[in-house]
Amino acid sequence: MITLDSKIPEGPLEQKWKRYKANAKLVSPANKKKLDIIVVGTGISGAPAASALGELGYNVKVFCYQDTPRRAHSVAAQGGINAAKNYKNDGDSVYHLFYDIIKGGDFRAREANVYRIAEVSNQIIDHFTAIGVPFAREYGGSLTTRSFGGVQVSRTFYSRGQTGQQVLLGAYSSLVRQIKEGTVTMYPRREMLDLVVINGKARGIVVRNLITGKIERHSAHAVVLATGGYGTIYYLSTLAVNSNASAAWNAYKRGAAFANPSFVQIHPSSVPQMNEFQSKLTLMSESLRNDGRVWVPKAKGDTRPPNDIPEEDRDYYLERRYPTFGNLVPRDVASRAAKERCDAGYGVGPTGLAVNLDFRDAIKKQGKKAIEEKYGNLFEMYKDITGIDSYTEPMRIYPAGHYTMGGLWVNYDLMTTVPGLFAVGESNFSDHGANRLGASSLMQGAGDGYFILPYTISNYLASEIKTPRINTDTIEFQEAEARSAEKIKRLLSIKGKQTATTFHKKLGKIMWDHCGMTRNEKGLTEAIGLIRELREEFWKDLNVPGRADELNQELEKAGRVADFLELGELMITDALNRRESCGAHFREESQTPDHEALRNDDEYAYVAVWEYNGDQPPILHKEELKFEFVELKQRSYK
Amino acid sequence: MNKILFSAVSKKFVMALAGLFLLLFLPVHLGINLMLLKSDPEPFNTAAHFMATFPLVKVVEILLILAILVHVTYGITLQILNWCSRPVGYAVRNKSDTSAFSRFMIWTGGSVLIFLVIHFFNFYFIKLGIVEGDPENFYAVAQQLFVIPSYAILYWICFLILGFHLYHALQSAFQTLGLSNEFWKPVIRVISLIYAIVIPLGFAIIPFVILLFK
Amino acid sequence: MKFKLKIWKQRDAHSRGSFVTYDLDGVAPEMSFIEMLTYLNETLIGKGDEPVTFEHDCHEGICGSCGMYINGYPHGPVKGLTTCLLSMRYFKDGETIVIEPWRAKPFPVIKDLMVDRTSFDKIQQAGGFISISVGAAPEANAIPVRKHSSDLAFDASVCIGCGACVAACKNASAMLFVSAKISQYALLPQGRPEGKDRVRAMIAEMDKQGFGSCSNTGACEAQCPKQIKLFNIARLNREYFKAY
Repeated sequence: MITLDSKIPEGPLEQKWKRYKANAKLVSPANKKKLDIIVVGTGISGAPAASALGELGYNVKVFCYQDTPRRAHSVAAQGGINAAKNYKNDGDSVYHLFYDIIKGGDFRAREANVYRIAEVSNQIIDHFTAIGVPFAREYGGSLTTRSFGGVQVSRTFYSRGQTGQQVLLGAYSSLVRQIKEGTVTMYPRREMLDLVVINGKARGIVVRNLITGKIERHSAHAVVLATGGYGTIYYLSTLAVNSNASAAWNAYKRGAAFANPSFVQIHPSSVPQMNEFQSKLTLMSESLRNDGRVWVPKAKGDTRPPNDIPEEDRDYYLERRYPTFGNLVPRDVASRAAKERCDAGYGVGPTGLAVNLDFRDAIKKQGKKAIEEKYGNLFEMYKDITGIDSYTEPMRIYPAGHYTMGGLWVNYDLMTTVPGLFAVGESNFSDHGANRLGASSLMQGAGDGYFILPYTISNYLASEIKTPRINTDTIEFQEAEARSAEKIKRLLSIKGKQTATTFHKKLGKIMWDHCGMTRNEKGLTEAIGLIRELREEFWKDLNVPGRADELNQELEKAGRVADFLELGELMITDALNRRESCGAHFREESQTPDHEALRNDDEYAYVAVWEYNGDQPPILHKEELKFEFVELKQRSYK
Repeated sequence: MNKILFSAVSKKFVMALAGLFLLLFLPVHLGINLMLLKSDPEPFNTAAHFMATFPLVKVVEILLILAILVHVTYGITLQILNWCSRPVGYAVRNKSDTSAFSRFMIWTGGSVLIFLVIHFFNFYFIKLGIVEGDPENFYAVAQQLFVIPSYAILYWICFLILGFHLYHALQSAFQTLGLSNEFWKPVIRVISLIYAIVIPLGFAIIPFVILLFK
Repeated sequence: MKFKLKIWKQRDAHSRGSFVTYDLDGVAPEMSFIEMLTYLNETLIGKGDEPVTFEHDCHEGICGSCGMYINGYPHGPVKGLTTCLLSMRYFKDGETIVIEPWRAKPFPVIKDLMVDRTSFDKIQQAGGFISISVGAAPEANAIPVRKHSSDLAFDASVCIGCGACVAACKNASAMLFVSAKISQYALLPQGRPEGKDRVRAMIAEMDKQGFGSCSNTGACEAQCPKQIKLFNIARLNREYFKAY
């Protein structure tokens, strides 16, 4: 039975992190060399974590499933990265950034963690600039910023529409520097299958070498998961198709509790689905809503080409419903508003499941060149996919599964309920509450990796300096390896009719229909049954060709889908439990008269933390959220 | 130090320098050759004599030979290394959008080299005394050769190929020496085109005139 | 749509490969090339045949995982696209499509269309970074950078490391890849202190990995899905000679 201790330092909000750092235990350089750390994942939290720990002198081993760390899906983040620099002199501050994240997350995040990430945000920009990330600049040579949804200041640093790529490649460059130095050893093309816990502490992992199929054991004094989110559970999402939840899920099964699994952000602007073969929904950055206006025709079933619909027949529904924030409302609000219009029959495009994002007015006002400068690559990508030129015709967009605010529960140290197991970036639950604001994920990932984890992990490892290198021949490692091998054997031996992808699509549909943008008691209850049936079918009728001891991409997929089939049930269980609407979690039973999310702070101002319980239903623990510094308000963007 | 001497980039750099040096020599050679168009053999023979005897030209001559040797040796070495970089080729021919001139440099260069050898036998080796002939009357030697139609045709083909080689060579040299950018690239391209047309054309005119009018 | 696919199949790095021909019907024009191959694999598995191994991940042209040589073009016949963004509407119904892996000594085939591009990591490792550790960075605006330089640095740094430049080059040269990295750092004041060491080290590593030299043919620029320019190679050359 786990106990939750968030370990939030005492004192005023702005003093907490300073006090923590002042009191954190240190490890001497001589001892650091003797301590091993495993980092799984090389995205915008994993690569920074590994390189920062390597720079400190720890002996770091990094794992990723890709052929090189530079391909982690953070590379696809488009819009930008937030920081409270206040370069625009528009009244921004660490407190404002903190407040925006807390409010954007609909008051379901921990104050202390959020304040800390806002505090380190400025250092992140300094560091990335210093290591050569080419952020956009003014003619005078200083850095420039743009606005993003849900806030009233301009604090988002960016590199055209490829900010994620630029910061990830920056982080990758520091990582390879440490690989060259010898402090970091890189293990690419490895998929984590299981966590090894010895005497209650995380001591290693078991991975599959994706080229040889061999199962390998790796030990360390501490394990860091930087394995990202589980948005691919919907099959169609904005994530890379190989992104998966297996590492986090297996850590959950070894005792790391899972927090708020049902909090999934549905991004309002992705290229709509075109056919059943589609494998992916491509994101169109939120930054587009800075200059693009969202609209649908005022009349149902108006099939005229968008440019032929005159101004008076257009419904700019975001501007109509939310005059203060207009097109820049947070993602959850924008997504639901689009769904509402489409469900009511006003959607555009061949499927009716899309809304227009129109740049006509912005191009008229700023000129085509200015728009091209800001979003050129996005317009190109949109044209590549759809064949439509958005300079002359509106883009068609529709919401898609994007980011998971839920994740492994961590305390202020970013440590999970398994001592020695840390989770950073999207894989933890800590900073975004029930909804993440745009351009905050790169900030949180990099902040966790560069500026927070190095302090907190040292604080933990200070008590491990007497522990010798961990032996991988122990019974725990043998068991973990045997478990993984057994699962692989089972997957291969079914020899049924349906492929892993077929099951993934079916699962995705259940999740999207019942645990997507809006949820209700009936749908969720039904979905649990559907998932259980599907899981049964999976283990009876799965078809995985090939062998275990070779490169086998179908086997990789099957293993991931098997874990998703279990995770899906936990997500639904969590969504059922939370009988309130908050942020991205919209329970139809709990809404205001004008259809906005209605929170229930009296009953649900807590983090729902789920503990694995074998074949029994998971055990719910509640971490009450205490708001000492902000006042809980009904979120309004009107 | 070893690294800079033996890196592929340095080899290319040396090749480009040697090539540019040869390109500087071509207009001089053309200037003298144009004197073949005169019916008086004297100016040409005097120029040839000057080129053969003036001490400073001697130094340049050695440099030219060296430049040819370096350019050819490095060209062949790099080509062999380049072939080794792709031990298994593609089944379908590479259709990437590039100019044909740039893809066949080794072949155009090789052809020019063969011509150069013939040329040396006809003229340069006479001067050196390796091959028999009168080094003081190259005018007559040239006139005799150019009236042979097959020789004239071979000569034209060789200069056409040289033109192809030069067109890419000049642009490529600037690029290799790091002297190209967004602004200069189109300018360099035009200069290369003019050079690659004017110089070979100048040479090719001579047998044409001799064949037709003499 | 219907296609005849001639695909390179190779068990592993040590085996000899050969082409296998598949007939595929029911392809939708809006499928991406990767989706078409996934669809092929689904049908192959259904028939009990072995699926084709190839790499792909982000499906939006940014991770650099995908890449195959399609009918004589790396990433296919359309400029500025990765394989994952290449739509089937660019192909003629009934066409034969020949698909080969990247071919280069430093990119050995792992299986079918999957190649090992670790050599790129090795080059980057040799010096493709700025040695500033966490905590040592000055205030971001303390280093003003001319907008034009910063924009050019960005244009170079959009390289996704897919290897199409090497695949397209008749010499299997990695100059465009290396020059993009060198240019990014050469154009920014932050990169200057290590400029000379960086270019020396990266060039030496490039040769060591077995890539060919540059013949300035421009095939790399023509096939780069991120349209990285040849000027970067000129800049690389310039930086290299300045380094000695």
